[in-house]
Amino acid sequence: MRVYLDNAMSAPILKEVRETMLPCLQEVSGNPSAFHDWGDAARETIEQAREQVAMLIGADTEEIILTGSGTEANNSAVKGLALARWSKGKHIVVSAIEHFSVLQSARSLEKMGFELSLVPVDSHGIVDPDEVRRAVRKDTVLVSIMHANTEVGTIEPMAEIARITREHGIPLHTDAVATAGTIPVDVKALGVDALSLSANQFYGPHGVGALWVRKGVRIMPLLDGGTQEGGRRAGTENVAGIAGMGKAAQLAREAMQDRMAHLLPIRDRLLTGLPAAIGHVEVSGHPVQRLPGNASFLVEFIEGESMLMMLNMKGVAVSSGSSCMSRALKASHVLLAMGVPHEKAQGSLLLTAGIDNRLQEADYVVEVLPPIVDRLRQMSPLYAKFEKAK
Amino acid sequence: MAVYSDKVMEHFTNPRNVGEIEDADGVGEVGNPVCGDMMTFYVKVKDNKLDDVKFKTFGCGAAIAVSSMVTEMALGKTLEEVREITPEAVAMELEGLPKNKMHCSNLGAQALNKAVDDYLSKQKVQSNSKSKSGKRKTKTRD
Repeated sequence: MRVYLDNAMSAPILKEVRETMLPCLQEVSGNPSAFHDWGDAARETIEQAREQVAMLIGADTEEIILTGSGTEANNSAVKGLALARWSKGKHIVVSAIEHFSVLQSARSLEKMGFELSLVPVDSHGIVDPDEVRRAVRKDTVLVSIMHANTEVGTIEPMAEIARITREHGIPLHTDAVATAGTIPVDVKALGVDALSLSANQFYGPHGVGALWVRKGVRIMPLLDGGTQEGGRRAGTENVAGIAGMGKAAQLAREAMQDRMAHLLPIRDRLLTGLPAAIGHVEVSGHPVQRLPGNASFLVEFIEGESMLMMLNMKGVAVSSGSSCMSRALKASHVLLAMGVPHEKAQGSLLLTAGIDNRLQEADYVVEVLPPIVDRLRQMSPLYAKFEKAK
Repeated sequence: MAVYSDKVMEHFTNPRNVGEIEDADGVGEVGNPVCGDMMTFYVKVKDNKLDDVKFKTFGCGAAIAVSSMVTEMALGKTLEEVREITPEAVAMELEGLPKNKMHCSNLGAQALNKAVDDYLSKQKVQSNSKSKSGKRKTKTRD
């Protein structure tokens, strides 16, 4: 059996999405900025996609900035919103578990002279809104807190956090890459001022994303050049990719409840099945405030990469946040921020289900993982020490 | 797993000499959980040669393959020959290791050498306590 449970890293592109994209690649495609019929056709394609993306998150069409990825959207938001308020203050607030595209953008701002406050999370990965309240100051020009964390699945209390930032008149950005197109996301209900999303997370193509910025909120462009996207993002548009994102957004909006109903039993089979089948395994992240496809675990006494390799030999694709899995050889900053000790963080295992997965596939994983864990534990000096101490 | 050579994959899939030696003559431990790799090597010495070598490893695919390869390279070697087993030699035998794994995961040779050091220091303590004039020296090592 071949079981793909790494949908957060890369999800399959839907057939309807592919079919929407292909004509943009096959036929003569005008530059959307051009002043002729070809240009008009390309522009219409883009504007339709913009509307589909706007509808997905309850936004106005003209508030959508199309980007080249979720990472670009996050970079634009963090740097662009902070730099547009440069004269008002130089303090920014982000959570300790943000994606690197937010964290590193914040670090870049630090090098430019901004002060950065990292908001801690609890052991479930939840940001306490009171911590945000404590972190903001008179000179705070941006707060950025992710809507949900891909690695542990925890969904943050955005509306409560937004209430605080609104009281203080500080713009709030949220990285909704993990949630937009997966669970209901409505910018008005969330109360945020800017939101990032990525097409592949809802079965669109890679290399396309969007940044929504509330009307009236100033943002400095990350990419200077032409007047595309109202001067907020220069560069000739990736028409095929954008068309694909639009179609994917439309399908996600229509099928959202069905998809969630499909994912939840698969996720829950993993969340209950694996700790029941293997000793010293715990679920990481929040038990309830959790993404519908996310099953993340900490497997004690062994390391993630070796588990992943053995699962791959059994035809199962998963992820891990262990040091060995990162090029920088550092354990997941998300798990460490949650207070997970280093050696436990090394045993991180992340399974993310998508619409193509079936319940039997979860059963298969519950069947093949226990002997793998057992085998690695027999090799582990940590397990030997634990056994002797008993 | 294209990042690893066939040889690494083979040793990872079928690691040699996994386990502990109850009455080991020397034990060597290296690594820490922060970088994600920990290895314990056990050696049994007979006539100045490694008669048995076993390991336990917590770590990635490379760490396990390295440990297995080191035991294979070390078995039957004299205590002097063992010193020639370097991380570079191990990586070469494994047909290469990814660059970023060269340091963290390639600790097997170090663990083996530590086990041999442990054996030698025990020998010294024994011979010192046997000799009449010799003061009892207990060497502490890190």
